[in-house]
Amino acid sequence: MEERQLRALIEDVRSGQLPRRGFIERMVGLGLTAPMASMMLMHSGVAQSQVITPVYKPNRRGGGGALKVLFWQGATLLQPHFANGTKDQEGSRIFYEPLAVWDNDGNLVPILAADIPSVANGGVLEGGKVVRWRLKKGVTWHDGKPFTADDVVFTWEYARDPATAAVTIAVYKDITVTKVDDYTVLVSFRKATPFWATAFVAAEGMIIPKHLFGPYAGAKSRDAPTNLKPVGTGPYKFVDFKPGDLVSGAINTSYHMANRPFFDTIEMKGGGDAPSAARAVLQTGEYDYAWNLQVEDEVLKRMEAGGKGKAHIVPGGDIEFIQLNITDPWTEVDGERGSVKSKHFAFSDIKVREAMSLLCDKKSMQEFIYGRTGIATSNFMNNPPRFRSPNTKWEFNVDKANALLDAAGWKKGADGIREKGGKKMKFVYQTSINGTRQKEQAIVKQAAQKAGIELELKSVTASVFFSSDVANPDTYGKFWADIQMYTTTMTAPDAQRFMDQYISAEASQKVNKWAGRNICRYINPEYDKLALAGESELDPVKRAAIYIKMNDIVVGEFIVIPLISRPRVRGANVKLVTTLSGWDLDFSALQNWYRDGAVG
Amino acid sequence: MGHFILRRLLIALPSLLGISVVLFTVLALAPGDPFAEMALNPNVPPEVSANLRKQFGLDDPVWQRYFRWLFAMLQGDWGFSFISRVDVDKLILQRVPVTLAVIGASQLLALAIALPVGIYSAARPYSWFDRIASTLAFVGFSLPTFFTGLLLILLFSIKLDWLPFVFRSDIAGSGWPWWWAHIRQAIMPVLVLGLFQGASWTRYVRSAVLDVIRLDYVTTARSKGLAERAVIMKHVVRNALIPVVTLVALTMPQVFGGAIVTEQIFRVPGIGSLLIDAILRNDTPVIMAVTFVFSCLVIFFNFIADLLYGWLDPRITFR
Repeated sequence: MEERQLRALIEDVRSGQLPRRGFIERMVGLGLTAPMASMMLMHSGVAQSQVITPVYKPNRRGGGGALKVLFWQGATLLQPHFANGTKDQEGSRIFYEPLAVWDNDGNLVPILAADIPSVANGGVLEGGKVVRWRLKKGVTWHDGKPFTADDVVFTWEYARDPATAAVTIAVYKDITVTKVDDYTVLVSFRKATPFWATAFVAAEGMIIPKHLFGPYAGAKSRDAPTNLKPVGTGPYKFVDFKPGDLVSGAINTSYHMANRPFFDTIEMKGGGDAPSAARAVLQTGEYDYAWNLQVEDEVLKRMEAGGKGKAHIVPGGDIEFIQLNITDPWTEVDGERGSVKSKHFAFSDIKVREAMSLLCDKKSMQEFIYGRTGIATSNFMNNPPRFRSPNTKWEFNVDKANALLDAAGWKKGADGIREKGGKKMKFVYQTSINGTRQKEQAIVKQAAQKAGIELELKSVTASVFFSSDVANPDTYGKFWADIQMYTTTMTAPDAQRFMDQYISAEASQKVNKWAGRNICRYINPEYDKLALAGESELDPVKRAAIYIKMNDIVVGEFIVIPLISRPRVRGANVKLVTTLSGWDLDFSALQNWYRDGAVG
Repeated sequence: MGHFILRRLLIALPSLLGISVVLFTVLALAPGDPFAEMALNPNVPPEVSANLRKQFGLDDPVWQRYFRWLFAMLQGDWGFSFISRVDVDKLILQRVPVTLAVIGASQLLALAIALPVGIYSAARPYSWFDRIASTLAFVGFSLPTFFTGLLLILLFSIKLDWLPFVFRSDIAGSGWPWWWAHIRQAIMPVLVLGLFQGASWTRYVRSAVLDVIRLDYVTTARSKGLAERAVIMKHVVRNALIPVVTLVALTMPQVFGGAIVTEQIFRVPGIGSLLIDAILRNDTPVIMAVTFVFSCLVIFFNFIADLLYGWLDPRITFR
């Protein structure tokens, strides 16, 4: 998709010919995120839609009883700037709030901000170099003290100090936040930043109170008592916390949004696994909401048949994909396996990689394994002439694969396995231990067999596979196999961090302890040039075009084979009305949750 | 007797020290890094994990970390969890009541089943009762707890909807409704664990009683004209239970260790699930504290079992 075509689409949205949601869906189909698409529209002056769907019905605060949620990975800490993963961020989000959050359509919804900065209201200055946030007045912390700009400035100082060791440091260390008056702050970036909605927004943007954390900034940060007894501005006040097990909160009667929250207490229980969490919400109705139901759709459907709960599928940026190793993981070069200097005996030929991608039966995977919880995709598309839904640009064709391999010189031997130059096409295909993944492996192995490729299936326990342990040969970072498969998540709503994982500087090697994110060790100077251009491009439309082109390169060369786009699967009681977003935390709009049929 | 106690205590101390050295070394050599999740997150720069490692002293040599840990432990400081950033003793104490209640109750249930059934089976060996009881016992300890747990959940929670299957440690209120709510949610985990343990103890009690019941003095008691009940209760059981008592004393430390699988299935926040979580997340201080306390308890209860055995059986003397 060229920049020209992108601008034409934006004009269609402006003139009303193309609904805003349609534009965002297409951008997501191209591999961008909804927040990025939304920022593109914002930059071109197309206003955000103001409707919050679904409509909030209750007309008084409280009276809703208890809200019981199951997070089968329990929260282990309640301080948002120390969070180990989304579970801790969600636990913190019950009590703390950021200035704004992303809704499912990629709109920014103000929480502690009075409004969203834009070029029109003078909030975005100097092309995105300075952003002026206006804060809501009359907001108080749970202990009664007022929320002011001092707290916002303090959160920035706290998070950017390396002695604090906050995990959100990357967002705050390169900016300067200044107080203009009690209810206005200016966020200044080093250079004009097209995607400025990072600081104080979403999961990494929760504001902490200066009067409680102030004496514990820097090296003393771990001693703050408030780390375990959060005091925030959120809809619920802290009651109790048992790490890994239970977080409980009670209604905040002086919450800053009228008629909210609906529930009197909230209880977030941890432990167990996904299927039993699904059972507790969908079958017995013991709990109202469960997070991350990694359960097969067939099982979910059976559970929903009881009529007590429903599975909510929320589209997000996560994608299950296969990586092909272009280096040789079986021989050591300079004492290192899978060195960038080596070449894979089969996958260094693009025709072989193309054949491999033709052997992945995504449709069967979607139909028989994922059901509603996955969509077969070519997230990274090959310049389609016009736009249609993303599922149609990939192909499953065993005969074509066979033809390609024959043409590339790989002849079938007596045992049916192809060989060339004395080397047989026997590949090790690894992934983590997970029922769904093993089934996917079986599907690919079957197709590959028909094409004369033998796949040895290997599965590694998840806590090892996804670790960064230098001593362990089975981590995904080392990629000491021929093929590997897992889900990569978009950890930020902006595509830059996601796409720059394929630049040569990020190649995963011994020298950087295999922490580089370019696990295929793909080296392409054109890609590197584009990545650099994308970083400094101010115009979000041009920037989007650059990232789309980068996507196309990686998929066009079949370095990665995208399989299934994985939306988030959540379970909720049929009466529970939630506002779930695929681009932010589940609890990003917790204040808007209510139970229908029991409204006062 | 005094000598015996003193000697055992003196041996216990170096054993504990040795255990702690082995534990610490194994954990230090094991792969895994408590800050691994952070290292994988592209948004977190490596300086943050490096800083945290320095803060917690993870980069110092093993022996230095060991002595630091030892001195802290001797002063009563059980350490600071890397993952939860909480004092370890607070973490453990939060979970002790639930563990004692649920696992303790299951051990009591196991005893309550094993004793009567085992004694009665041995009193009438190879009768119908004995055959059925033995078969059930074999089935009981062959079926793994995750299987029986799931069966019970499917039956009582899903089909019949009688019992909740997610354990809540924070039920509000007091008095009778509070007790009733706790009992309702604890029945299934207690049943699962109790039946499993009870099955193996039944067989043990049965064979212990069988050993005694054939002896001559029992025949003498019967021929004296004593009622069968008196013979069994006063003469047989008291002697047969000596080995059983020591067995029970040796399994007491398990109450502290919790039951990992059952805790996972029913989401019981016990020490077993704390230990498993800490192991999977490489949270060394928690693992050290829990396993060290567990080994202390094992040594202590071994000692108690020896004392009990000597006290109950007059044929045993201490040297």
